[in-house]
Parts: sequence; structure tokens; C-alpha cells
Amino acid sequence: MLEITTTRHNLHVDPVLAVWEWQIPLYLFVGGMIAGMMILAGINMLRIARGERAESFYSVQTPILGFMLLNLGMGALFLDLAHKLYVYRVYMAFEPLSPMSWGSWVLLLVYPVLLVSALIRLPQAWPWLSAKLPALQRLSDALLLRPGLIRALGGVNVVLGIGLGVYTGILLSTMVARPLWNSAILGPLFLVSGLSAAAAMVHLTASIVPGHPAPHSLLGGALAALVQPLGETPPTPKTADALVKADLVLLVVELALIGLLFVGLLSSSASQVAAVDILMSGMYAMVFWGGVIAAGILLPLALQALQLAHRVPHTIVPALLVLAGGFALRWVMVSAGQASHMLAAGGI
Amino acid sequence: MARFAMVIDTRKCVGCMDCVVACQAENDVPAGHCRDWIVTEVRGSFPTLAMEIRSERCNHCDNPPCVHCCPTGASHIEDFGRTVQVTPNKCIGCKACLAACPYGARFVHPEGYADKCTFCLHRVREGKDPACVSVCPTRCMHFGDLDDPKSAVNRLLASRKHHTLLPEAGTRPRIHYLT
Repeated sequence: MLEITTTRHNLHVDPVLAVWEWQIPLYLFVGGMIAGMMILAGINMLRIARGERAESFYSVQTPILGFMLLNLGMGALFLDLAHKLYVYRVYMAFEPLSPMSWGSWVLLLVYPVLLVSALIRLPQAWPWLSAKLPALQRLSDALLLRPGLIRALGGVNVVLGIGLGVYTGILLSTMVARPLWNSAILGPLFLVSGLSAAAAMVHLTASIVPGHPAPHSLLGGALAALVQPLGETPPTPKTADALVKADLVLLVVELALIGLLFVGLLSSSASQVAAVDILMSGMYAMVFWGGVIAAGILLPLALQALQLAHRVPHTIVPALLVLAGGFALRWVMVSAGQASHMLAAGGI
Repeated sequence: MARFAMVIDTRKCVGCMDCVVACQAENDVPAGHCRDWIVTEVRGSFPTLAMEIRSERCNHCDNPPCVHCCPTGASHIEDFGRTVQVTPNKCIGCKACLAACPYGARFVHPEGYADKCTFCLHRVREGKDPACVSVCPTRCMHFGDLDDPKSAVNRLLASRKHHTLLPEAGTRPRIHYLT
């Protein structure tokens, strides 16, 4: 028998660590989704640069929405900080061993890339803005007329997107003190989950807006820009199906990565085995099995497969489930990971 | 260069918490928080029992994960004694260091920055022992320089069996417990 008593009683540290609440999971989820949007948009930009028709792609317009979501994610991150007035200190140093430092600087690069990428569709999204600033239209035209620029922009989007997506996992996985996070799978898992959330988000906005006059308000314009084609012809149903197919593959890969994560942890040290228990049968089991696995992956997987087979009508339900499941994955990993701790092997 | 460490004799410690009170008074630790604390570990079952009482605090690790993960350099290794310290006006309160510490040695100060044991560097600079060491009624705590072969801490480590906390974390902690 082992009995340990302690007189320590620090807030949010005892009895288990609970310093990160909803803000960090939201930031990781939104960050992953933006990363996925950048990769999807980047790939499509590369295809446009090769000569494919720009109006065939929904996601080439995502940077406008991505830019707005980035502000949401950064806002959540800021809300998490306990010493808010000193936030500028992040950009007065670069710490090569700190994933958070890397992430802060990568986000600083993501902003201008998203802005430049957004210029492609900005004049159509916000005509009131381009009426006031005719230069916007000229910039947009200049971009579209130069395949070399579109290609470079596409490449940068893909590279930064992969960096951002993997970073959201690395941020957690470098911490030896939290056994649940000690896995190199976490980076790829969050990247794939982010890609799946991005496909769902594009699909969701594409399903909501068509059939209505394109709104030109701040948010409505961005949503419309996301789905309105660049030319006169709207994207074909084939393009929508391609998104659903991509999401199917991504969900299967995500499921496989979660399986590998557990195989890796369960075959590791006693601390890691105990950490997996918190998720699989402990206090977070309900959210993990019900929210992440069943409602977030298996159900949308089945619904989307039936949609493609024309057994059920196309609805926004699978996209909503994928988005909720993506957030649940981040929340459950952040919360259960904090509750996991190293078990003492030595002692008396 | 000095490398400060503590050696604590668990055979002498009675868990009176004088070290905890001394720290809170000396460092004005905010109410409801503690930079050091007492852990009592009992193993076995009656009548075959073994007990160890430990005064615990930041281990001022040689390989500190809290310093590595800090995005601003607020958590750093101080040249004086190679101790781990926090600069409050560089800390953004991201709490990564709290998550990275396997010992749970850190907490968020009510003013927003990460806080923990400093080895009472302000006292050490004046040639005194840290507050916890200086008040210990059983004299079970020893503070000194690991790089000085003649220091009391090195003599104790050479002559007695000892262990550190969670050595498997690879942090190379500098608080040693004599058993």
C-alpha cells in the first residue's frame, strides 16, 4: 500500500492540474481548422496556377473566413493569459526550445499570408470596400493574372498550414510531465483533425449560403465569398462531393491515428498507461467515447457515406458533428492531459 | 560557477511545517498558496510500514522543462547559483510552465505571473541560508554549492544514501533527500 499526504493546496494545481479551461482547446481547434483551410486553399491555388478553372473550387475563397477565425482563436488565447498587460513580451523574444514561442511567430506569418490570399476574393466579397478603394480590385486582378504569384501563394499556404496544424499538437506533446501528451502522434492527429474540420466548415458554409442573394455585410460577405464562385458558373455538385469524400478519408485517418496514439501510450511506461485510463474509463470517458469517437467521427462517417450513395439527403448535420467532435477532441485531450501525471517509480 | 542545491535529511524531518510558515512570511506568499509544502509517504501495511516525510519545493533542475517551454524567457536560469527564476514583468501568464513541471512546484500569483520557490536568492546574496533552512528546528535541511567539493551538501551526499524526486523525468533535480 502507498499512502501519500501533502499540505500543498495551490489553486488550479491541486488536487490535479487544471490551468487550461476552454480557451486553449478553442484556440487549438480554431488554429487547426485555419491550418486545414490554408492547406485546402493552397492546394487549390496550386491547381489554379496549373490552369484549372478557378470557379471550380470552393475553398480557394476560405482565407477571408480564415482571417476572421484567426482573430477568434487569438482572442481565446488572450483570454487565457493571466498576465494580460505583458502579452507583448511574446514578440520581444524568440525561444527556440519553446513551442509556444514558435507558434506565436508562425501566427504572425499566417496573418499576412491569409490577408494576401483573401485579396483574391475580397473585392467580390465586400464591393463597398472596393468601391472606396479601387486599388483592391487592381490588386485582386494582378494576383489572378499571374500564375507564378498564385503558385507561390499556394505553396506558402500549404507549408504554413502544415506548420500551424502540427504545432497545435506539438505544443502539448513536448511536456514530459503530462504522460497523456507524450506522443509524437499528437501533431499529425491534430493536423488531420484540423483538415477534417476545415472541409466540414467549407461544406457547412457552402450549404447555408447558396440559393440566397449574396449578402455584402461584414460576416455575410465573407461567408458568401467563401462559396460564391469566382466566375458566373457556380461550382458543380461534383465539387461539393469532392469535399465530402475528402472528409471521409480524413475521418478514417483520424480514427487510425487515435488508435495508434493509444497503442503507443499503452505499450509505454506505467504513467502513460494510467494516463490513458483517464480518457478511456475515467472521468473523461463519456466525452471521449460519446463525443469524440461516436458523435464526432463514426456518425458523420456513416452519414457522409450514405449521402454519397444517395441513401440520405445532403444536410449540414455531418459537418456540424465533425466541427463539434473536433472541439471535443481538443477539450478532452487538454483536460485529461492536465489530469495525467508522472507516477513515482522510486521513493522509499 | 556555483550550483546551489539542498540536501534534506528525511530521517530528521518531523513534518512540523516551520519551513512552510517561514517561506510564507519571508516571501510574502499570497494567502491560499505555497512555495514549499510537506509530503508524507507511507508504504507497506501494518505492522510492516515505512514512512518518509519530505519538505518539497521547486527542484531548481539542471534540465528545467519550465524554462525550455517559456515563450518569453521570463523563466530562466539565473547565473548566480544556476537557480531557476521567474521575471514577473516578462511573464505573460500562459501557464505552460505549470503544465511542464512534473513536481507541481509552480502556481499563478494572484497578480497574474508564474510564481515559485526562489531558493531565497535575496537572502543567499547576503550570505544567509534560505528562510526554510534557517528555521528548521531539527536542522534536517542543508543549503550549499554542488560545485564546491568541500561544501556540506557534497559531504552529506558522499556519506549518505539519497534520492531525488522523479529522476525518470530527466530533469536532474537538485533537491536531494537523505534516507
